[in-house]
Amino acid sequence: MNKDILICGVGGQGTVLASKIIAASAMQEGSVVHSAETIGMAQRGGPVTSHVRVGENAFSPLIPSGSADIILAFEPGEAVRNLKYLKKDGIAIVNTCAVKPVTESLNPSGYEGTAQVEYLRSRCSCIFVSSDEVCKPFGSSKFFNIIILGVAAGSGRLGISKETVLAQIEKRVPQKFIQTNKNAFLAGFEIGESAVK
Amino acid sequence: MGNGAIALGALAAGVNLVAGYPGTPSSEIIETVSKYPHEGVHLEWSVNEKAALEVAVAAAYSGARALVTMKQMGLNVASDPLMSVAYVGVKGGLVLVSADDPGPISSQTEQDTRRYADFCRIPVFDPSSPEEAYTMIGDAFEYSEKYGTPVLFRPTTRVCHAYASIDIPDKTSPKEYDGFIKDSGRWVIFPRLSYLNHGRIEERNVEIGKDFSAYSFNTVQNPEAEKAVVTSGISYAYVRECLKNRSDVRLIRIATAFPFPEDFVLGALDGVSEVLCIEELSPYIEEQILKTAGMHHLDLTVHGKLDGSVPHNGENSVELSAKILSGFPGVQTANGQVDLSGSPALPVRPPVLCAGCPHRASFYAVKQAMKGQKAFFCGDIGCYTLGNAMPLDMVDTCLCMGAGITMAQGMNYTNDGVCFAFTGDSTFFASGMTGVVNAVYNEADIILCVLDNSTTAMTGHQPHPGTGRNMMGNFVEKVDIAKVLEGMGVRKIVTVNPLDLEKSIKAVRECAAEKGVKAIIFKSPCIAITKPSGRCSVDSGKCINCKKCIREIGCPALVTADGKVTIDRNLCTGCSLCSQICPVGAIGGEEHE
Repeated sequence: MNKDILICGVGGQGTVLASKIIAASAMQEGSVVHSAETIGMAQRGGPVTSHVRVGENAFSPLIPSGSADIILAFEPGEAVRNLKYLKKDGIAIVNTCAVKPVTESLNPSGYEGTAQVEYLRSRCSCIFVSSDEVCKPFGSSKFFNIIILGVAAGSGRLGISKETVLAQIEKRVPQKFIQTNKNAFLAGFEIGESAVK
Repeated sequence: MGNGAIALGALAAGVNLVAGYPGTPSSEIIETVSKYPHEGVHLEWSVNEKAALEVAVAAAYSGARALVTMKQMGLNVASDPLMSVAYVGVKGGLVLVSADDPGPISSQTEQDTRRYADFCRIPVFDPSSPEEAYTMIGDAFEYSEKYGTPVLFRPTTRVCHAYASIDIPDKTSPKEYDGFIKDSGRWVIFPRLSYLNHGRIEERNVEIGKDFSAYSFNTVQNPEAEKAVVTSGISYAYVRECLKNRSDVRLIRIATAFPFPEDFVLGALDGVSEVLCIEELSPYIEEQILKTAGMHHLDLTVHGKLDGSVPHNGENSVELSAKILSGFPGVQTANGQVDLSGSPALPVRPPVLCAGCPHRASFYAVKQAMKGQKAFFCGDIGCYTLGNAMPLDMVDTCLCMGAGITMAQGMNYTNDGVCFAFTGDSTFFASGMTGVVNAVYNEADIILCVLDNSTTAMTGHQPHPGTGRNMMGNFVEKVDIAKVLEGMGVRKIVTVNPLDLEKSIKAVRECAAEKGVKAIIFKSPCIAITKPSGRCSVDSGKCINCKKCIREIGCPALVTADGKVTIDRNLCTGCSLCSQICPVGAIGGEEHE
């Protein structure tokens, strides 16, 4: 299998765990995986991306423009920022809830994310998820990374089985949060399945 | 991670000592060693890169294998011992990892470590992936011992921070070694020794160049093609990605830029009339190819940075490589993008000091105390460089590690006004102390502000001499900054909690009223290593919506909702700086609600 998966969002949203679970799941299924993260000056509140490249055909650790099969966007503005990476027939799974820049109160930009969502809808095939809504049953927005992973897996576009991801969650999440994370993943999985029906 | 691969490769090579100073993108090498079994290996964060290299040199003189890690600008700090040890040579393997940062993504310069290899006349290895880095670091130790020379190892950010899976041995153990054998004719550098060794080194480098010509990571693909691309490091991965499924371009990759593998390159270029050099940072390989072509009278056209085909600055990518190559043998970017026209404006997310960061309070106190007075603010390297952002605007200069202290002195000698130096605790130990002695000795009138947050925050919270922990896992006596300053002759030293605004302003005013070198230690731990002390909230009944809090301190936790000031509970750490500046006392702790 060859697949390029781009995960983007804002520092502190948990993108790294999502990328690590995807990479480990693909490896568990026997694929060669390369990945890369943007770290450094990017700290809390800055844009972050993770590139996961599955298969023998990838040499660069970063996904080239127009190559990503799937974008997991934790934030609508970040989805637009990274849209250049998406293939023509790729899919973007996008959180509709905007994260305002930390400098918003000092320099109001009027950014709400709605124009970005409309733009994405007009440009590519998308599955939209509202983190405010889907995280409610789990009591914390911290579970969104696992939920969006579930949506991607459920849509069938991730190319990784439900069981493999569940096994990796078990491996990588602290004991007392395993069950909640599994439930969050399965809730996302259902959303993904029904979105492509 | 590539940095992890370097660490594990060094452990597999039986490394005995690992030392370094944190710096993006190199910091995770030492952190990886500390997380894996490394019994019998001495591991340390040194106070700076020069110290790290000197510690390692003695180990290598003793026959042990030593690894030193730093970012590329750290190599400038370590260049003094590096140049000398290049002349003296080593017995045990000495490998210095200097991670370059094309872009630059988180550095002050776009310098090229391969130039240092050439300058110091020592070999350099240039991996293109984490997998290669794992193997090559072992090779670097072998070559170091075979030729008795320190060796440079030059990954770049995209290799350091890329992930791949690597099989590692279950168990590694440090190499057995003899220990130091006295021989002053060998280990004491004198002009006569340098003269003799200089000749030997140049002869030896010819040999290494021949040896490198057979090195397995110097490779040629499509040897029949007439046009060639020469590349190195991560650019090899990008170019390979562009040229996959193509056989009409010869792809030559040079993993050992110095000593230049001339025989290999002459063979690889046989029958080629046009070559394009794609490399990041400086046109090092390009220049070597031009030199080789000149010496051997080759009929060869060389494209690259020097003829404008490739940009000098910034990092490379698959897209950029494809664009460069499209002017050459007609390569296309195969992938179709979605229609990107008409994109809406996107929010800018600049890096800012975290909510509750004690640096914000320190800067604000100095700013308030100096209101209406002429003052100069010399900053330094660390999170606190972000004090330059509005609304604080408290960093007038930032040059290199430790320069804030000495530059404040130069400001003082050439300008009228109060001169401040801001330095972090880790920076103070790394290269600030000599500057303080210089200020005392040369009678500068400056105020040194040590922003002591008890960690090396910017690079990922590494311990330092003031934290009381070291990388051997031991608790050690903390080196007390106030006592150090006192010992160096600083007469007035005030330690204050920056989160107490009134006391902090008073301390600054007191220091500004006195002559000589004064120091204020603003002591409060980094919010990322401590639990929040509580939360603040706005009493909407009292708030007059003047927004002074937002305008003056720019804390990310202060937000407006429906035109009213409120505090983001997820970000607030309860530092209470905003409550201390509110003119109507509308901000307080949680009991407020």
